[in-house]
Amino acid sequence: MLLQVKDLTVRYGEHVAVWDAGFTLGEGEVLGLVGESGAGKSTVGRALLRLVPEPGRIVSGAITFKGRDLLPLSEAELRALRGAEIALIPQDPLAALNPAFRIGLQATDALALHRGLSRREGQGVMARLLARMGIPDPEDALRRYPHELSGGMRQRVLIAIAFSCGPSLLIADEPTTSLDVTTQAQILRLLAGLRSETGVATCFITHDLGIVAHLTHRVAILYAGCLVEQAPTETILAAPRHPYTRALVRSLPLDGLMPALRESPRACPFSHRCPERMAICDTAHPPVKTVGAGHQVACHLY
Amino acid sequence: MPALLEVQNLKTHYRLGGWLSRRRILRAVDGVDLTLKSQQTLAVVGESGSGKTTLGRTILRLLEPTEGRIVLDGQDISRLSQPRLRPLRRRMQIVFQHPYASLNPRKRVGQIVAQPLRIHQVPGDHRRQVAELLERVGLPASAADHYPHEFSGGQRQRIAIARALALRPDLIVLDEITSGLDATVKLRVLALLRELQADFRLAYLFISHDLSVVRSLSDRVAVMYLGRIVEEAPTEMLFERPLHPYTQVLKASIPEPANRGSWNPPVLVGDAPSPVNIPPGCRFHPRCPLAQAVCREAEPELRELAPGRRVACHLAEAPPVLARDDVSA
Repeated sequence: MLLQVKDLTVRYGEHVAVWDAGFTLGEGEVLGLVGESGAGKSTVGRALLRLVPEPGRIVSGAITFKGRDLLPLSEAELRALRGAEIALIPQDPLAALNPAFRIGLQATDALALHRGLSRREGQGVMARLLARMGIPDPEDALRRYPHELSGGMRQRVLIAIAFSCGPSLLIADEPTTSLDVTTQAQILRLLAGLRSETGVATCFITHDLGIVAHLTHRVAILYAGCLVEQAPTETILAAPRHPYTRALVRSLPLDGLMPALRESPRACPFSHRCPERMAICDTAHPPVKTVGAGHQVACHLY
Repeated sequence: MPALLEVQNLKTHYRLGGWLSRRRILRAVDGVDLTLKSQQTLAVVGESGSGKTTLGRTILRLLEPTEGRIVLDGQDISRLSQPRLRPLRRRMQIVFQHPYASLNPRKRVGQIVAQPLRIHQVPGDHRRQVAELLERVGLPASAADHYPHEFSGGQRQRIAIARALALRPDLIVLDEITSGLDATVKLRVLALLRELQADFRLAYLFISHDLSVVRSLSDRVAVMYLGRIVEEAPTEMLFERPLHPYTQVLKASIPEPANRGSWNPPVLVGDAPSPVNIPPGCRFHPRCPLAQAVCREAEPELRELAPGRRVACHLAEAPPVLARDDVSA
């Protein structure tokens, strides 16, 4: 197992962003982390890099990557992993690039740090990578500032940076949300191609079930910080068990709002919106049950 | 049914540059014709830079048209002065994309929804009217006493819809109102808009970048590319058999959960050109997988191919099927 996450809980002060989440990721596997905004999916992604922003704190759990628990590691040890073994494709490529520096300078940071390449050597490697990403004139792109490139081109640059040191785990945090639909299609195609070439295991954070259907092997559904269901992608799409997953998959409108957790949940976080609510849903947090092959659900119905 | 809104050859151009840099013209909307019947919904779909938002705002005269006619219920409003336009503003309202930016954070919801009533000096008890409006959009009347920041994105969008309804308009421009909302919330807002359309006899001009969102709400769909409509058709017809190559690409670019394992999005060459630098001939030709010599030379007219179905493509009479690559996700 490449990655094993157990009982992960992340708090932002009083607010519980992720509660007791557990999942695994095998070599070369793509896991979709799905949820609406505020469900905690980006926080999970950041926790895997130990980059939960202040005042966020991982309060309990274990994140085991290649047999090593990441939580006790020092900053120096983490820096050696980030960008090398574990890479991130962020949601907003404009925010992720420094506006004051040319692409060629910032895109070679990881190669300089982890591979010891000079800027010149790094630019050579990066030019070949950018060409693979479908950028027509890579040398020209390296001389540009971020604002001179389109959104799609910027995201290709960030994908090239993420792949530059040959990571074994990729965290893709809604990498196409800010893009137009035709550009999104091209980026998704590119990511699918890169995955089959490199076999990189991926945590794909998204709210779009269409993307999930085409890129992932397994799906984990987050709701109000709780992992409510996980299963192979076919199973989630064809036979979802949790009422929230069913609403997502069958495009059912839901009334009400996702609650914000403040303490250990004493009820199902979905109960007040749930069409199948029972008395127990308001008095006990449902435990995770295995309902099929690789299929877990946290719901009192099962 | 008579047309509520008719737009003819509408252009919104901007002058860029000053006395030091070269003068250039940005052609955001560049010759749009459209018709919207009363109590119907016309969706305007396009990607960033297509001019869809500028079109919506020009139709409401929030931006000045450079050329063309905007006819509301038989009256040409494209050259009316602002004072003469004012009584007509009651009949056409807008809901903006960002419910965070479009609601004044220092005013209570009650004041926000009542503002159009005050400005247009609508008689009657405004407090009661506001309470009714809030309940109509699915919020409690007590919401009037709270501030916008106390509400979620979906609820704020409901507040903005209540404000747009206050003057009982005939037309509401909905500008990307579901982007930024979560899936289940988005579906609730779309369902609400359908109910309100019937109850208030509304026509919607529904502007969106997302082809899949407009399907459930629209009678007709117009697809925009670089300032022009390239195709317009009844919704189901457009989804079942898009004729313009750009519409075909747009539709095929949506990853549908049902096509797991068989999705092959076509590849468009490069990015959309800037509206400052619109290519000659068909404006889509540099990226069109089917472009031929004629496409580089002459700009295709938006022609009626069948009743209610317009396409601006030289090849539309014998629509070639877009070839797909066999690379799969």
